[in-house]
Amino acid sequence: MAERPRRAVWRDTHWRSIFAQALVLVALAGVAAWLVHNAADALTRRHVASGFGFLEHTAGFSISQTLIDYSEEMSYGRTLWVGLLNTLLVSAVSIVLSTILGFIVGIGRLSSNWLVAKLCTIYIETLRNIPLLLQILFWYFGVLQTLPVPRQSMTLGSWLVLNNRGVYVPEVVFGHGSWIVIATFLFGLAASFGLYRWAQHTQQRTGKRPVVGWAMPLLIIGLPVVATFALGHPFSLSWPELSGFQYQGGLSINPELAGMTTGLSIYTAAYIAEIVRAGLLSVARGQREAAEALGLPRQRVLWLVLIPQAMRVIIPPLASEYLSLTKNSSLAIAIGYPDLVSVFAGTVLNQTGQAIEILSITMAIYLALSLITSGLMNLYSYAHRLEGSA
Amino acid sequence: MKLRTLVLGLLAAAAMAVPASANTLDNVRKNGFLRCGVSEGQPGFSNPDAKGNWTGLDVDYCRAVAAAIFNDPNKVRFVPVSFAERFTALQAGQFDILSHNTTWTMDRDVGQGLEFIGVDFYDGQGFMVRKSSGITSALQLKGATLCTQTGTTSELNAADYSRAHNLGYKVIVYQKASEYIAAYDAGRCDGATTDRSGLAGDRLKLKNPADHILLPETISKEPLGPAVRQGDQQWGDLCRWVLFAMVNAEELNVNSKNVDQMMNSTSPEVRRLLGKEGGFGQELTLTADWAYRIIKRVGNYGEVYERAVGTGTPLKLPRGLNNLWNKGGIMYAPPIR
Amino acid sequence: MTAFRAPPKHHEGPVEWVRVHLFDGVFNSILTLAMIALVVWAVPPAAKWLFIDAAWHGAARDACEGVSGACWPYIGARLGQIVYGFYDAGERWRADVVFAFGAIGLAWLVIPRLPRKGWVGGMMLTLYPLVAFVLLSGGWFGLPIVSTERWGGLLLTLVVAAVGIVASLPLGVILALGRRSELPVVRVLCVAFIEVWRGVPMITVLFAASSLLPLFLPDGWEFDKLLRALISIAFFNAAYMAEVVRAGLQALPKGQYEGAAALGLGYWQAMIFIVLPQALRTMLPGIVNNMVSMFKDTSLVTIIGFFDLMGTIQAGATDLEWASPNVAVTGYIFAALIYWAFCFSMSRYSAHLEEQLAEGERR
Repeated sequence: MAERPRRAVWRDTHWRSIFAQALVLVALAGVAAWLVHNAADALTRRHVASGFGFLEHTAGFSISQTLIDYSEEMSYGRTLWVGLLNTLLVSAVSIVLSTILGFIVGIGRLSSNWLVAKLCTIYIETLRNIPLLLQILFWYFGVLQTLPVPRQSMTLGSWLVLNNRGVYVPEVVFGHGSWIVIATFLFGLAASFGLYRWAQHTQQRTGKRPVVGWAMPLLIIGLPVVATFALGHPFSLSWPELSGFQYQGGLSINPELAGMTTGLSIYTAAYIAEIVRAGLLSVARGQREAAEALGLPRQRVLWLVLIPQAMRVIIPPLASEYLSLTKNSSLAIAIGYPDLVSVFAGTVLNQTGQAIEILSITMAIYLALSLITSGLMNLYSYAHRLEGSA
Repeated sequence: MKLRTLVLGLLAAAAMAVPASANTLDNVRKNGFLRCGVSEGQPGFSNPDAKGNWTGLDVDYCRAVAAAIFNDPNKVRFVPVSFAERFTALQAGQFDILSHNTTWTMDRDVGQGLEFIGVDFYDGQGFMVRKSSGITSALQLKGATLCTQTGTTSELNAADYSRAHNLGYKVIVYQKASEYIAAYDAGRCDGATTDRSGLAGDRLKLKNPADHILLPETISKEPLGPAVRQGDQQWGDLCRWVLFAMVNAEELNVNSKNVDQMMNSTSPEVRRLLGKEGGFGQELTLTADWAYRIIKRVGNYGEVYERAVGTGTPLKLPRGLNNLWNKGGIMYAPPIR
Repeated sequence: MTAFRAPPKHHEGPVEWVRVHLFDGVFNSILTLAMIALVVWAVPPAAKWLFIDAAWHGAARDACEGVSGACWPYIGARLGQIVYGFYDAGERWRADVVFAFGAIGLAWLVIPRLPRKGWVGGMMLTLYPLVAFVLLSGGWFGLPIVSTERWGGLLLTLVVAAVGIVASLPLGVILALGRRSELPVVRVLCVAFIEVWRGVPMITVLFAASSLLPLFLPDGWEFDKLLRALISIAFFNAAYMAEVVRAGLQALPKGQYEGAAALGLGYWQAMIFIVLPQALRTMLPGIVNNMVSMFKDTSLVTIIGFFDLMGTIQAGATDLEWASPNVAVTGYIFAALIYWAFCFSMSRYSAHLEEQLAEGERR
């Protein structure tokens, strides 16, 4: 065994790398210290308040959409939560809508129907290549001005009211005993699922599928209906009604939320469609051919053979698409939707002037969301890796 | 190759970062121009036309400062900045004066590192509604939705007023003036609320300005004025006295047309204003004719007011509170002596 | 059991095409009819709004008063502003020269037959930005200075996009190499840098650049506001670019690294002469796709007060001289068209590169 050649310390790669890294660290620490010093200096010299004490101060402004209890007397800290929840709401709704739309368009693009495939291609190539900000402004301002004023609302009985203040639908009010109905519904759902699994299991074992289809609607719908009657109608509906300037009561979706979700979903769906298409194309040709050879109808081939296999390829980029959707929801500031950036990095920043603290908190929240998502994604990829591909 | 491009780029960037002294006036002199933070477009106060020429009261004030320093009102660079960003941008040194119809409030003055140098427009918050709504008072706006823009006192005032009178306003806050007014015009809100002068200007941007009225209520005090960074007394004094000189000039009937004759005036006050007596210019480290330059190149306060927002302009704002103290208003400047 | 069927007949002609491609089964027929209904519902009114009901002539707001369609005279009247922003009218030829050289350079790089691609590419990355900067900002060779506050419209959009693209590529390569470095400190720093920038929305980054960055510099140092925005956009995109480059590096067979090492090449030699040239080829589609996102993202500088293409259009919606009903939507549609033209051509080019690569692999 050859002896490790003796070298001067500065020519030894091992020592050299340690030295280089130490140098990088020292330089970085130096720069950081310098920056912090400058900022501290600037703040004290100009008498700008600093620290996180402002979070306790009274906010004093109102927010147009709040998911949790909020009033002007509450603190800036509370507005942070209001804003964050609004961000999560608009993101969650848009994620659901964009996924549905994206799958439809992605599958449609591979359709054997020429017209469907062409229209889906046009959809993708148009919407992917126009800035999201422009699209959101278009949906909000462009569509808003075509909608009627509350007094001349477009209505579908009292079931749906549409005007330039938003979309109104009746809201279900949960009365006394309504939890029992919900419980029976959940029980019906679980029982149907069990029945379905049992049927499948039996089919695999014996080749014959027991007919259980009739039982499911009975379990899922029948049971809760019986419970509702037995308990004497614990639910009631709150109807939207015109009072004063706008409709009161019912569940309302204001135009800001509608504009944001429309813009975000339609834009992101174009990306999701491409991910879905790539995923479907990644499934080996033989899989489709084999399934068709078995005589499975085209819809079944798609749902039972292609999509389950494509999901492994689809899910990782899908997760990062959801993440960018969440980050893109910060464009809400342009159309007055009170999200985290608009409320906290907008209004609160203006009222307090504490830019460093507020922007750090805002960025840290988005960063945390992003790290959590990519952590979950890594777990998923690890759990679903293909055998042999490590 | 790539590395070299990067290094060259960084070097170029570093070279563009101009080191300058902490003294704002020296800095302005060295640059050869004044940097003035203005709105992104507010008729009557700071508004760019299609060619990028700025007009308005806030803009003319900055021109007056430039005239006092350089004897040239065009040595100003206007930096448009949003309402939301204006204070941090001033603190960060993006411009030398913030002339952005900013309300002078205690927190801004004391807690946010600003130094207000005076009031160039006394205003108050008002409401604009559609004529067709039949509303004649802000108290009738119970449960109404209001549009306004972020970064202003309007948001807080509307909330206060709503709380005080139990009106339950719903306020939708937009990032830009163009957005809040477009949303109001599209019918998103029953009313728009901000400073009355702002509403008067923004009303012009509506599709049909005649269909909208301003309600009589004024729900707040909005003393608007320019501000500078805290911690540079000399610069603050200079900016303050440019404004005072404009107001004093109006009081002494010195305007851009008669200022040359006024140089021969025997009135001691006029002589002090125009630098014939006393060394006021030198005390500001300017020339003796500093106020002459302002009046000659830009005009006195009254001239600037009439040109920007007065009854001859589309805004048609009467002088009201902004008239001189001896003519029924509260515009008042300490004497030059 | 499946019954024995006759072999399918072979048909040709338009009727057969329609049957196979549009009315193949009940489900497809319903789908086709629904799509036709959708097209009939959407296209004629849109065309009517855009062309037939639109105003085409006039000089001020009354030209579009009472017109139910698009307001094209507004675009005509404001075209100068949409393209150049407030760039001084007498100096706009300078922007034109920059546009022209940029177009020629790009065309050279994209058209396959033209020679000396490496040389031209090098020029586009080094000399061209320098010349463009001198021309646009002035101050040299007797050109009057045009301060960056006056840059705007499409010009500003292209400047931001070009600088972002040119600067983020080398930065991205360095970050990607750092992420794969054997030195733990370098690796951790690069990973942290990439993940932080990728984890936050671009708006917050722009806010920070426009209002925070100067606070962290000593008093009196002062960066141009545009420069600060450009730096933050370059960093932001470098993080995304780094991930594209990393994917390209991972796709390269291990043997290439080992071969380079066996030849006795050092780290940088191996990277510059062996690894990067090969990896860059596979990365190109990803890089171009990244450029598309970045081009779209430039529209966000509107939010921090720049009058880029998007900002000019938006400000125009409340233009005093043109405040009539359909001005805003006309503006949005016109801007969408411009953005779309740029982005679509880039994404087509990227798709073309992908096809070429795929062909190369098939061989």
